[in-house]
Amino acid sequence: MSAVARLATLPWPGRIGLAIVAFWLAMAAFGGFLAPHDVGAIVSQDVFGAFSARHPLGTDYLGRDMLSRILHGSRFTIGLALAAALAASTCGTAIALVAATAGGWVDEAVSRVMDAFISIPSKMLALVMVAAFGSSPALLILTAALSYTPGAFRIARALAVNVRTLDFVQAARARGEGLPYIAAVEILPNMVNPMLADFGLRFVFVVLLLSGMSFLGLGVQPPDADLGSLVRENISGLFEGAPAVIVPAAAIATLTVGVNMLIDSVSGRARAVEA
Amino acid sequence: MDPLVRVEGLRITARKPTGEAAVLVDDVGFEIPKGEVLALIGESGSGKTTVALSLLGYARPGCRIESGRIVVDGIDVLSLDDEGRYGLRGRKVAYIAQSAAAAFNPMKPLMDQVIEAALIHGTATRAAAEAKAVALFADLALPDPGGIGRRYPHQVSGGQLQRLMAAMALITDPGLVVLDEPTTALDVTTQIEVLRAFRAVVRDRGATAVYVSHDLAVVAQMADRIVVLNGGRARESGTVDQVINHPRDEYTRRLVAAAAPQPRGEPRGAVETPLLEVRALVAGYGRLDRDGLPAARVLEDIDLTIARGAAVGVIGESGCGKTTLARVIAGLVPAARGDVRFDGQPLPTDLRHRSREQFRRIQIVFQNADTVLNPAHSIERILARPLAFYRGLRGEAARARIAQLLDLVKLPASVASRRPSELSGGQKQRVNLARALAADPDLILCDEVTSALDTVVGAAILDLLADLRRELGVSYLFISHDISTVRAVCDEVVVLYAGRKVDAGDRAAMGHPPFHPYADLLIASVPALRIGWLDALPRRLAASLPPVGEALDEGLCPFLPRCAVRRAGRCDTTPAPKQVLPGGREILCHVSLDELARIQSGGAA
Ligand SMILES: Nc1ncnc2c1ncn2[C@@H]1O[C@H](COP(=O)(O)OP(=O)(O)OP(=O)(O)O)[C@@H](O)[C@H]1O
Ligand code: SF4
Ligand SMILES: [Mg+2]
Repeated sequence: MSAVARLATLPWPGRIGLAIVAFWLAMAAFGGFLAPHDVGAIVSQDVFGAFSARHPLGTDYLGRDMLSRILHGSRFTIGLALAAALAASTCGTAIALVAATAGGWVDEAVSRVMDAFISIPSKMLALVMVAAFGSSPALLILTAALSYTPGAFRIARALAVNVRTLDFVQAARARGEGLPYIAAVEILPNMVNPMLADFGLRFVFVVLLLSGMSFLGLGVQPPDADLGSLVRENISGLFEGAPAVIVPAAAIATLTVGVNMLIDSVSGRARAVEA
Repeated sequence: MDPLVRVEGLRITARKPTGEAAVLVDDVGFEIPKGEVLALIGESGSGKTTVALSLLGYARPGCRIESGRIVVDGIDVLSLDDEGRYGLRGRKVAYIAQSAAAAFNPMKPLMDQVIEAALIHGTATRAAAEAKAVALFADLALPDPGGIGRRYPHQVSGGQLQRLMAAMALITDPGLVVLDEPTTALDVTTQIEVLRAFRAVVRDRGATAVYVSHDLAVVAQMADRIVVLNGGRARESGTVDQVINHPRDEYTRRLVAAAAPQPRGEPRGAVETPLLEVRALVAGYGRLDRDGLPAARVLEDIDLTIARGAAVGVIGESGCGKTTLARVIAGLVPAARGDVRFDGQPLPTDLRHRSREQFRRIQIVFQNADTVLNPAHSIERILARPLAFYRGLRGEAARARIAQLLDLVKLPASVASRRPSELSGGQKQRVNLARALAADPDLILCDEVTSALDTVVGAAILDLLADLRRELGVSYLFISHDISTVRAVCDEVVVLYAGRKVDAGDRAAMGHPPFHPYADLLIASVPALRIGWLDALPRRLAASLPPVGEALDEGLCPFLPRCAVRRAGRCDTTPAPKQVLPGGREILCHVSLDELARIQSGGAA
């Protein structure tokens, strides 16, 4: 099915989700060029300024242009989350394929180790990592990837084990195929769809983790800012209902809800097509 | 007298996911006089279940009864509202489905479920309904009619559950009983018990029934009249005798021909060099114990030889270990004891120690074509892999060979670009076969290659196998639960029972007694396309035997609990000896071959 035809059959919530996701991806990619002001520039006397023609999204607690800061912040949030979610899903899937195709004690050992990892709360792990190594974008990606790899592994392994018992895998074994071929060519293509849905979910988790970290002041460090740190630094504007705190919070919300809507309808449809 | 059921101009349509309407049933009509059994026969997709369901005023989700008239016992079924339909179902019309297991709640005792309809419709008090149920159980030849109602569904066998479902349907004395493939899911030996019971009940109670089936031979035993459906239209209808013995319609003729498979290919002598030799094989599943024997032993002491170019058939009921045998030879299940030699060389039973050449020369065609082709790959890719893997063929050469292979299995070249999900069952089975042929194998292990297919499609695959054998000289290990298919394609037949080889011989020898008692039961249970076959069955097969008592010792004849000719003092104390006749015939039994031959030719047991 061509991409256009696929789009045509997407239910409404899926289309809305797709539009939101596309919007945020575009913002992350090109937002920097669209920003009317420099991120760090104090451009207004007015702190926690309201929506206005000069500053469409108001100004923050120092009088900086909120639109420019959101555009800049979304690039951090989305960029870091994408990288971390991609790393988590890829590692999880790869390890799961090795475990499931090898089977036996390899599978057993890997699964136990992953179970141990999964029992560490992700926030806790993040706090320890930041405390030990200091906060940097690379470390944040590593931390988030580490905390979500076991989850992705679990899903991927369950899928792979299911596929492994199917007759076409038995047929490949009887043909004399090696394990790498069976994993990559016979099993992997049959788990891509659900793993894409899982990837979307991981992405949302990472966005929330990073935002939470930044909100605690442990995430992206000034002068850079992601959506979470934007909420934090403007939190004192909450009582006056300043756009500076509402807008980044709304940005996080729309991003995560949009991704969720998209995966729900795409994976639901994949199931309907298979049935 | 007015007929009990009259159907006129029935037309049923369905809406496809793409939005267009598909006609499932078109202009079907028939009448059933009271007390008669009408059979609806056709292949899968011919619309037989759709017609049967419409008699209850029911159309499956997405389907719509567009036009026509259905009158059951004076009631215009299609004009009923929901409440009217509800009263009709269960009381006037009862439905017995293909799989009884799905119709029972596993958590409730059987009796409660059997009498439920009577209580709901208020046709009887609880005590009266239970008494009636017990009488029905007895009529249906269920063991322990008084007590079986206290059991739960998992505590009875599949054949018994099917009969209990019949009791459930008959409890309200419905005017019309609809039986939808009620024995298709059963082994032949079980099917025969169920057929007998159904027949007796339908006849004794003078019930009017619609019997839906794809099996002409079964229908010949059960029905008075037959309607042949194909592609949603009635191709022919008439009395059983007329349809079976003097079919007028071209499609009916093909159906009749496919029901009685003709032998394909000339039998070969066993003088040629053996291609595959299996000696004293023991195999199974689960953890190995200290002696290296698996926890669940499935195959015991199996010997088997396949000569070059020969076809050896393996038959036996579900779970007897047929697939396991093929998997051991293919290297998917390790052998615990015994050895396998291929072309004179020992064949490692562990996959990892086999050479690519050994893999190439033995190909396995799995039972279920629906799951054996990777849904993510195109047919071209599926066929290209063995070509590249075994012979290094790529690009143009591979494409040419794929076209040849598709042609060999009589598929159009256009399927190459499709995915498995876009093919029919028969087409998938052909691709499955083509993939095996791509390796240019010497031996193909065919596991129930035709079982999932309609008779006519299955017959075409059997022809294909016979052609390939003649043209390419491949050997087959042909696994099936259906002895008539096996006899049609194989030079030699091996009968497995509970993982033991109980009977073996060439095609000619397997055509007449003596047989091992199990083989005898199996062969005699296959419905023949002959009216009155069921009534003429020899008495020795009718037996429901007294239980044997305590659990069987290992090594004793596994057929003991079901054997009608067992010899007390011998069969239950010592393992059965292997009796060998000249010409390679082998029977594992205590009873002498002369005696067996005498009993099975019609003498008393
Ligand atoms: N992977 C497995 N693990 C454990 N037991 C198994 C496994 N596969 C099959 N069995 C058991 O081994 C026995 C033989 O199975 P097998 O598949 O060889 O039967 P079959 O004769 O091919 O039956 P069918 O006609 O239903 O295909 C059965 O009791 C089955 O339950
Ligand atoms: S050995 Fe005995 S129980 Fe077994 S088949 Fe022969 S007669 Fe029957
Ligand atoms: Mg099988």
